[in-house]
Amino acid sequence: MSSPHAALFPALLRIADDRLVLGHRTSEWCGHGPILEEDIALANIALDLIGQANLMLQHAGSVEGAGRDQDALAFFREAIDFRNALLCELPRGDFGVTIARHFFHGLYSVLQWEALSRSTDTTVAGIAAKALKESRYHVRHAGEWVIRLGDGTDESHRRAQDAVDLLWPYTGELFMQPADEAELVASGLTADVSTLQAPWRAQVDDVLRRATLSAPDGVWMQRGGRDGRHTEHLGHMLAEMQIVARSHPGAAW
Amino acid sequence: MIATREQVFAWLEDVKDPEVPVLSVVELGVVRDARVADDGTVTVTITPTYSGCPAMRVIEESIRDALLLHGAPNVVVQTVFTPAWTTDWIPESAEAKLEAYGIAPPGPTRADDELVPLRRVSASVRCPFCKSARTSLRTEFGSTSCKALWTCHECTQPFEAFKAI
Repeated sequence: MSSPHAALFPALLRIADDRLVLGHRTSEWCGHGPILEEDIALANIALDLIGQANLMLQHAGSVEGAGRDQDALAFFREAIDFRNALLCELPRGDFGVTIARHFFHGLYSVLQWEALSRSTDTTVAGIAAKALKESRYHVRHAGEWVIRLGDGTDESHRRAQDAVDLLWPYTGELFMQPADEAELVASGLTADVSTLQAPWRAQVDDVLRRATLSAPDGVWMQRGGRDGRHTEHLGHMLAEMQIVARSHPGAAW
Repeated sequence: MIATREQVFAWLEDVKDPEVPVLSVVELGVVRDARVADDGTVTVTITPTYSGCPAMRVIEESIRDALLLHGAPNVVVQTVFTPAWTTDWIPESAEAKLEAYGIAPPGPTRADDELVPLRRVSASVRCPFCKSARTSLRTEFGSTSCKALWTCHECTQPFEAFKAI
């Protein structure tokens, strides 16, 4: 397991699964958005995220070389085999939680795609360069809403701050560099996510300040998703996401 | 039958984007290259507009069907990601077609350094119906990934604009 390629598969899953799980969670808003424009915006963002996951899972499947395509990886893996950060699998919550999560993860995405666009794996670099353009307007959308909600009414401020407090303990995991990726980082295949924390925090603080919100201090950071240890929520989400594919294996339409 | 590269490109001008049927896949910049091998096999290289664009599969099939119909013995459609697609590849002639169709063309892409600007300064987009520049962005997300929704304050008409990306 010491060759860089043995570690590349789980590393690609970590990238793909964040987008697949968050994309599916976001699609839960379709038809339920608070206003028509946001219903469409969230559906668009979900589509982009699932598209990014689709491309990255396709690549992961070819790197693995076991004959699994993106559909097999999305629909026929168990929760324990998923490598997404816990942040992505938490229930969608209210609009404030959804927006705060998109802001936190979107900003991380921009920084991660930027770094991955310099990957020595040309497929990873190409997907990253494309996804970066999308993540930039995703985070712009979420960030503008964070400011609007935080600096809005007493009620929107309270709920936006509640969302930040709820999600904050799950943001640390994004920057915990998995031990098995050391060789990949050394050979330039993947990015060291721990280096993204400082620029992320600077941007987050700037937007929270403008939103009159604050990040909690000294919070214990949750972890586990990157190693397959998930919250109870992922299993329920996957049951819904995977049921059609599993009920009709091999079906095409 | 052995086609030339120029012929292949000319044929592909008839293959339209299913969501923006006034533009061909060549004008859209989706077709990056076409090569014809000695045995007549045509290899077309395409690049996706957006990661999740549902039209890409249809585009791939339409390209294959069109070239087979023109007598290509074998068609291979390859997807490349580098360089990433940009609306800067859409030629001016195609922008005029877009506007006549009722979609404001994308204009040049701009580097926006600030990720979350407090007050966004949008490039002025001309209303495709009354040509007024008194317009404002309503939402960056429209009926397809590539379009945003704008409002014209002159003729009060809502309209779609291609996002510069």
